Amino acid sequence: MDFGPQLFLASLDGMVTAAVLALTALGLSLVFGVMRVVNVAHGEFFMLGAVIAWFVASNIGGHAAIGFIAALIIAPLVVGAIAAAADWIVLKRLDYEPEATIVATIGLLYILQQGALVTFGPVAQAVEPPFNKRIEIPWFEGANVGWGLFTTSYKLFVIGATIAILIGVWLLLSRTKIGLVMRATQLDRETAQAFGIPVEKVYALTFGFGAALAALAAVLIVPIQQADYLMGGDPLLLSFIVVIIGGLGSLRGTLVAALIIGMSDGIISVFFTPTLAKIIATLAVAMVLVFRPQGLFGAKAQ
Amino acid sequence: MKPDRALLLHLAVIAALFAMQYVLPAYHQGNLARILVLATFATGYNILFGYTGLLSLGHALFFAAGMYGAGMTMRFLDWPALAAFPAGIVAATLLAGMIGALALRTTGVAFMIVTLMFAQAGYLTILYFNEFTRGDEGFVIVQATRNILGFDLSNDDVRFVAAWLIFSVGLLVALAVVRSRMGRVLVAIRENEERTRMLGFDPFPYKLSAVALSGAYAGAAGAAYALLFGSVGASFASIQYSIEPLLFVLLGGTGVVLGPLVGAIVIFYLIEYAREVTTAYLIVVGVALVLLILFARKGVLGSLRRRTDGWLP
Amino acid sequence: MTLLSARNLVKDFGGLRAVNVEAFDLPAGEIRAVIGPNGAGKTTFVSLLCGRLPPSSGTIRFEDTDITRLPAHERVARGIAYTFQITSIYPNLSLLDNVMLPAQRRASLNGTADAAARAAEALERVGLTDRAQEMAGVQAYGHQRLLEVAMGLALSPKLLILDEPTQGLAEGEIETFIALIRDVAQDATVLLIEHNMSVVMALAERITVMNFGEVLAEGTPDEIRANTDVQTAYLGG
Repeated sequence: MDFGPQLFLASLDGMVTAAVLALTALGLSLVFGVMRVVNVAHGEFFMLGAVIAWFVASNIGGHAAIGFIAALIIAPLVVGAIAAAADWIVLKRLDYEPEATIVATIGLLYILQQGALVTFGPVAQAVEPPFNKRIEIPWFEGANVGWGLFTTSYKLFVIGATIAILIGVWLLLSRTKIGLVMRATQLDRETAQAFGIPVEKVYALTFGFGAALAALAAVLIVPIQQADYLMGGDPLLLSFIVVIIGGLGSLRGTLVAALIIGMSDGIISVFFTPTLAKIIATLAVAMVLVFRPQGLFGAKAQ
Repeated sequence: MKPDRALLLHLAVIAALFAMQYVLPAYHQGNLARILVLATFATGYNILFGYTGLLSLGHALFFAAGMYGAGMTMRFLDWPALAAFPAGIVAATLLAGMIGALALRTTGVAFMIVTLMFAQAGYLTILYFNEFTRGDEGFVIVQATRNILGFDLSNDDVRFVAAWLIFSVGLLVALAVVRSRMGRVLVAIRENEERTRMLGFDPFPYKLSAVALSGAYAGAAGAAYALLFGSVGASFASIQYSIEPLLFVLLGGTGVVLGPLVGAIVIFYLIEYAREVTTAYLIVVGVALVLLILFARKGVLGSLRRRTDGWLP
Repeated sequence: MTLLSARNLVKDFGGLRAVNVEAFDLPAGEIRAVIGPNGAGKTTFVSLLCGRLPPSSGTIRFEDTDITRLPAHERVARGIAYTFQITSIYPNLSLLDNVMLPAQRRASLNGTADAAARAAEALERVGLTDRAQEMAGVQAYGHQRLLEVAMGLALSPKLLILDEPTQGLAEGEIETFIALIRDVAQDATVLLIEHNMSVVMALAERITVMNFGEVLAEGTPDEIRANTDVQTAYLGG
């Protein structure tokens, strides 16, 4: 088989991975940036998004698009609410002490994952995409027919939707009062409090918003990937890699890193087995933390 | 001379555990053997987390290193169990020393993440070399080879005594370490590292020793698990086995030598009972972690110690 | 004999030059005070001397050996002890355990086994013997400051650096403290950052005045009192 078309397809799939990863990692990065909380349960919020999408889609009749749109709205809201509640009930009481918070989010990870096992069951479930038109890739047409040299309209939609959401998040953070309040809290918690910013509420909101982004990413990817109660591990690992390579708490770095990691994940998997790729990525993250704790793109640690 | 109350208490616990084999029905005796091996793992972890204040999320790797160190030398090199056991300890200690030397360049949250990542890489590596390690499925150590000096380790009674012996040695060594000069420096590092440095102690070799020592415990437990229960597998390197010692220590009491034993017994039986009720029995782990970190940071024996004027080491 | 000397010692934080000391010499046996307005770089300067911070450039010599590159714990081993400006003790350990650690360190450096006696003596000198078994964290602030000094004494240092030791102490406590430092100075050199001028005038044989990271003036208390530059710096001229 020709190498060129294969690589092209891989990079298109890489774009889809990068898009979903960017949203998920942005949530993790935001939570770390504003709250200084390392949320180990982040992958489970992603999983919850996918599982809720399946519940919504399978309970709403009619065209697949109706269920999908409903899931797109309901899943992030529900997951965001669960996360905000977890913040209010657990993390706030720990006073966000870093090590205790990590232990607590590990606990949350188990609770959410096992809770999904009870309600959703151990079997992976598919969600039908709202549309899935086969799009032939014109440049290679005829060169390798029968080898699946096409992409789907849905994959292109995922990429487009992600770009739209990222622009929305950027506008929210840079142009609205909520964004301003979040950035002020990120810069200096005490001062923000002194200026009358309700820091506790901002934290709950941020934690919920970060989780909602992961859930949104999951709703987008679930028609391609299936929902499964154990699916939280990979997005957690990849988001960690992205956030650490991108610089802890740096949003621009996070996006650049998501693009690099997502693309290379697609392309590398052509050359290496997924396990080997993951080993290399995990070791790379560990080494970055050991030798360059502030990340490759991020500003110097304070 | 004043009687050594702490030593007497620990010896009494050891004696009581030994007596359990005559009291407990076979099923619970088997459970206790497993608990003692896991408690040994957690006793070492406590030296690192409870006494030195370093929270590792990657000790499953050292447990697995002990397990595979013993299992692989028996499977591929036909080593006798008597040699395979120390091979497991050595493998785990060396690995802990190397990873510790790297991870200790970081502190706090970064240390937790780095140890987690190294352990995850180790777990994936075991999966990657599936051909030799048999991955998640694991492999069984042939029963005939599981004997030391003529004792058949697969026999229930021998297995119990072996587990008891390993735990007892581990407990007494831990007691000696935390009451030694080194133990005092470890606590000082936990309480105030910068101050300890300015009193003329270089924290790094102490912290590295604590990582390596806890790695040796994990390795001994892993190797013992392989020899006593006959199974070796990648799942023992998964994150769950890094969380368990943390949970045992948190529940039993951080920085109390007997804490991990108490924690291991409670959590083991909680999981056992949950397993009968639901497939989602690991929810016990999650709920216990959250409740402990919220309401009982010092754990069961940690709270008790405050009421006994701190004589309990 | 010069115990400690620094030459062209510079510390930059980003673009800010926090310390720029051309020459500083401390003879053995002296009680030296470092004074200066807030933000003059006093704490940064002594942190460079004791090794808590690495200098950007320059050299530090202690007993005619270059210690510029030595880590803090090795400087402690050579006889430099530092007590923190913000009380830094082990709150969850007893007072005795607090002083046991440095006593053990010194005993093992000297190759002797007199740690317990040394620890007891350190507590005795600051007058905390009665409280040896009590937890450090529950002590009154003044006692914690004394414990901080006792931890330094248990190291039997050649040079004891005290960073604002009397800050937050009551009048009576300050007088006890002055007597303590005079006693300590019989067999150690003392370098003291201090804001309380009556303490400085009572104790210091010489005074180094810092401003904007540099040494503005140095001399006997009388010379410093008469120095117009110093007056301007303090009055905000």
